[in-house]
Formats: sequence, structure tokens, C-alpha cells
Amino acid sequence: MPQLPNLLRSREGQLIFFTGAFFMAVGVATPSFLSLQTLDSIMTDSAILMIMSTAQMMVILTRGIDLTVAANIALSGMVAALISLHWPDTPLPLVMGAAGLTGLILGVFNAVFIALLGIPSIVVSLGAMTIYRGFVFVLSGGQWVNAQEMPPAFTAFPLARLAGLTHLAIIGIVISILAIFVMRYTRFGRELYAIGGNPEATSYVGINTKARLFTVYTLTGGLGGLCGYLWVARYAIAYTEIALGFELLTVAACVIGGVGIAGGTGTMLGAVLGALFLGVLQNALPVMGISPFWQMAVSGSAILAAVVVNSRGQRKKGMQILRITR
Amino acid sequence: MMETTRSAYPIPDVPPQQLFDRLRSREALLLVLLLVVVSANSFLSPYFLDLYNLADSTQNFSEKAIIVLSMALVIIGREIDISVASIIALSGVLMGAAAAHGLDTWLVVAIGLGCGTLAGAFNGLLVTRLDLPSIIVTIGTMSLYRGIAFIILGDQAYTDFPVSFEAIGQTYFFGELVPIQLIVFILFAALVWFFLHGTIFGRRLYAIGNNPTAARYSGIKVNNYRLALLTLNGFVSALAAVLLVSRIATARPNMAGGWELEVITIAILGGVDIFGGSGKIPGVILAVLLIGMVQFGMQLINVPGIIMSIVTGVLLIVSLVLPILFGKLYAQNRG
Repeated sequence: MPQLPNLLRSREGQLIFFTGAFFMAVGVATPSFLSLQTLDSIMTDSAILMIMSTAQMMVILTRGIDLTVAANIALSGMVAALISLHWPDTPLPLVMGAAGLTGLILGVFNAVFIALLGIPSIVVSLGAMTIYRGFVFVLSGGQWVNAQEMPPAFTAFPLARLAGLTHLAIIGIVISILAIFVMRYTRFGRELYAIGGNPEATSYVGINTKARLFTVYTLTGGLGGLCGYLWVARYAIAYTEIALGFELLTVAACVIGGVGIAGGTGTMLGAVLGALFLGVLQNALPVMGISPFWQMAVSGSAILAAVVVNSRGQRKKGMQILRITR
Repeated sequence: MMETTRSAYPIPDVPPQQLFDRLRSREALLLVLLLVVVSANSFLSPYFLDLYNLADSTQNFSEKAIIVLSMALVIIGREIDISVASIIALSGVLMGAAAAHGLDTWLVVAIGLGCGTLAGAFNGLLVTRLDLPSIIVTIGTMSLYRGIAFIILGDQAYTDFPVSFEAIGQTYFFGELVPIQLIVFILFAALVWFFLHGTIFGRRLYAIGNNPTAARYSGIKVNNYRLALLTLNGFVSALAAVLLVSRIATARPNMAGGWELEVITIAILGGVDIFGGSGKIPGVILAVLLIGMVQFGMQLINVPGIIMSIVTGVLLIVSLVLPILFGKLYAQNRG
């Protein structure tokens, strides 16, 4: 049976094994954790992280980083919340469409500077994230939009159920599967790997690198817009600071999933599993009776541990030039 | 008349600069922006061009500014450190804990500085010994350090500091005019300027930033530099924490939130290349002053702080786009 060791040697196999083992260990310590209800809440809680990690994975794969995802969620979410506040009769698909469109426009803005003008993505997104965050404040006038001010249909959608799963979980799973399929089996996905591996070479073989990068950042923006609505509706609150620091969580999910920060390596499945691992962690800590104040340190340690494990597999050869003779 | 050079081939390091080249430089752009902001401010508010107000306003950004300087060194050396704000929080909270246990002021300060240095060294060791990218390591330690601060303190705050400790951050020099934060910034800026532009270490730092492999092959101990840079950055963050905590006499786990990205933004605005290998201290100092003056001016006309962050973001992007556009125009005119 050569399959099992091979599976365990792969990053994804290890992650599944480790997440499963962790889940069981928490379950042994606190039997109430081992229930379908826990699985349900893990899927619901990690759906947004899963979606944004798939987007971030494409960005990191093509040697970029998008730090605007959290600010995008806040701004698109605020747009959705304000629309439903001022025009409560707006049909829900229209509200979601507006949030998605807002995100898409922000994505295009990033894409123009990153893909077309060739400014490093970390710099553009660093600047853009503060701008978007500022616009949330400008739009809302610094006010909160509370649950009472949102129409019931607006807040009910993410947690409503279809075939036993919450809408949020379904959207997360569908987008993840779609992303895994696109990256593995479509020309677009394979071209992204090529761009991440060597952007100059891809231009020579006739891949329109600029157009692909433009698509990646626009797509990330659009997904951010969708998640903006989902976030605001799920937590039934919109204000300037929502999802603060979430951008680094998506990067962490990708890194835990084995996506190489230098571009060109890693799988979409890994990124999704990384997001799920963080979701399991977040759900397990309160169950184990660990104070919420520990959560940050624990997830930080998890990220570090994942990177260290990662590096052992792909450690570079030494740079010794001359043999030391005595 | 030719100048005599010691080298056999008189090829200059840098092509001779004409006045026009200097005007196209980033420092010139920043200087013009700074002048525009200063004149706009003095036009908008009568309180702006007041020596005491100006000197006092520097207190608000000098703590951030000293980290910008060491961050510039880190980025020039092709590393990055996202954990600086968390180091401030961690050393701040530890200093608070030390003060709450009734330790002497010098011991409180020593604990704060020591903690920051250790945190920076831990970043550096992970980066150099395990060959990890610093962006990932510091994203991890960012959560870790602030997480430890939260474990120690939860959502509480330390506000009990000895009077002599609070005096550190509330000291003024030259007849109640210049706050200590500005003095520290000026001294440190001079030191970094000399280090980067006047010593062999500075030249090596540029070499490392441009091509670490080549630098290694030409005999530079690249990893030692990386370790030193990240340790220094931790120490400087702790220094900022000492100045900040003693000024506001409060230490909270959530203090200095978002500073890491602000610090990096200002460094890049100052012309430091995010991919390492280029950037100058004068530009960084100008960027610090520019942001500081924009901030102060907006405070005077009662603009909320978050609008300020929009301006920072726009400045960053504009300052990157302008040279590209100018470069294209320039190339067209020539060819």
C-alpha cells in the first residue's frame, strides 16, 4: 500500500491528518465537542475565511499579496448595510449584487495599479487598505448599523438552512470546490502556476500575464464584496473596524496550507484546509475552556509551527563555496 | 582638469548628477509636498505656525518615526517586520506589570527594552536559522506577541506608573519647547544616516538588499546582518514603547494597533524599495515630517483621524504612480 505514506508525505495529507487528530484530541478531552453540531458551526464560521483564502491563494501564487481583503469586506459590507437601512424593501439579490459590485470595483482599482502599472502588490494594497477603511468611515459617518436597523430578511439569509447546511457553509464549500477545480483542471489555473513560477518566461510563451493578474485581483475584489455582505449579515452589525486584521488571517491560512510565499507552489486544497484548520482551532479553544484572550497567541504559534514544518520539507542546500580544510 | 583617482579605471560609481536629475528625485518630490502641506496648513489655521505648537505636535508621531527609521534599514536589507506594533504592546504590558510590582523605574525600562530586544532576536533567529521568509515569521509573531500581552492583561490596562517613569516621556528640553521624543528621533536619525550612508556596514546592507546570494558569495555574513537588523528593530520598537507608555501613562494589550502597516507605509513613501536594496534616510525623514505635518494640520481643523489614513494611503499610491508617469513622459521627450 504505497498510497497512504504518499498521502501523508503531501502537505494536504499531513494537514488533514493533523486537523483530524486535533479534532479528536479535543473531543476526547471534551466529549460534547464530537458532534455534528460542532462540525456545522465550524463550517459556518470558517466559510468566509475559506472563500477569502481561495482568493488570497491565487494572489500569493502569482507572487503577490492582497492586504485589502479585510478593508474590502468592511466597505462592501457597509454599502450593503446602508442600502438595506435606507431602502429596506430592496430585494436581497440586489443588495448582494451591490456589495459584490462594490468589491469588484475595489478589485479593479487594485488591479489597475498592480497588474497594469506594475507597482508591487504589497505597496498598493497597503495604501489601498487604509483608503478603503477610511471610506467606510466617510460613508457611515462613523455610525454603527445595528441588527435592529437591518431588515429581517437581510440578516436571516446566511444562517438559513438548505439541505441541513447553512447558506454560509454551502457558499463556502461551493466556492472552495470551484476554486480547487479551476486551479487544477483549467487553463486559467495552470497559467497562474506558470506566472508564479516565472513571470518573464510566461510572457515569452504567449500568456498574457497582465490580463491574468488583472483577473486575479478583480476576482479577489468581487469575492471580498460577496463576503462583505455575508459578514455584515452574519454578525448583524456594520461599523468601520469590522474584520480588522482579517487580511493576515487569510495569508496565514494559505501559509499553513503550504502555499509558498515566493509564488508558484502550493495547492488550492491546501489553502482551504488551512482555513478549516484555523476554523477548528477557533471553535475548539472556547470548548476547552481556554479564555478568549489566549486565542491570538495560540493562532500565532500555530502559524509559526506550520511555517517551521513547511520549511523542513523545502530547505535549500547550503551555500558553502569553499571546502573548509584544516 | 581631470581629478586623479586611486583606481586604475576611473569609472564613477554613480553617473554625474545634473540639477534636473536632482529635481526628479524622490526627495525633491517629498520636499515640494511638504512645503505645500506646510503652506496649506498655515493658510487654514492661524495656530499652525507657532513654534510651541509645532514642536509639541512632533510628540504624536516621533515614537512611530523612530521605528520608521529602523524599519527602513530592515526593508533595505530585503526583510520586513510586521510584528513591531505587537512588540510595543508586549513590552508596554510587561513594563506595566513590572511597575505594578513596585519595581524601580530603571528596572521597568530595562525590562521593556530587554523584552523588545528578545522579541526582535526571536524573529531574527527564526528567519536566519530556519531560513524562513521574514514576512511570514513576523505575521506569526505579530499574533504571538500581542497574544501574550492579552494573556497577561486581558482587557484591562495598567495605569499605575511611578512618577519618575512618567517623567521620561513628558520631558521637554530647551525651555519647555522640544519634547524628548523629538530629541530621540533626531539623534537616532543622525545615527542611522551615518550608519547607512557613511560606513562600510551601510554599503554592505545595500549589497545584501540587492542580491543576498551575491553578497554572501562576496564574503558578507548575510545572516548576521539579518539577525542584527531584526534585533535592532525589536529594540527600537521597545524604545518607542518606553516613550509612548511613559507619555500616556497607560499600557494596554491593544495599544499601537495598526502601527506596523503605518510604519511600513511611511518608509515606502520615503522612497525605500519594498524589495530591498535602495532607499535613503533623507527621504525617510522627509516622509515622516510630511505625514506628521498632514496629521497635525488635520487635527487643527478638526478632521477625524481616519480621514488622515485616507490621505496617507493616497499619498503612498500617488507618490509611486507619479514617478512612473513622469518617467514615461521623460522617456518620450528624449526618444
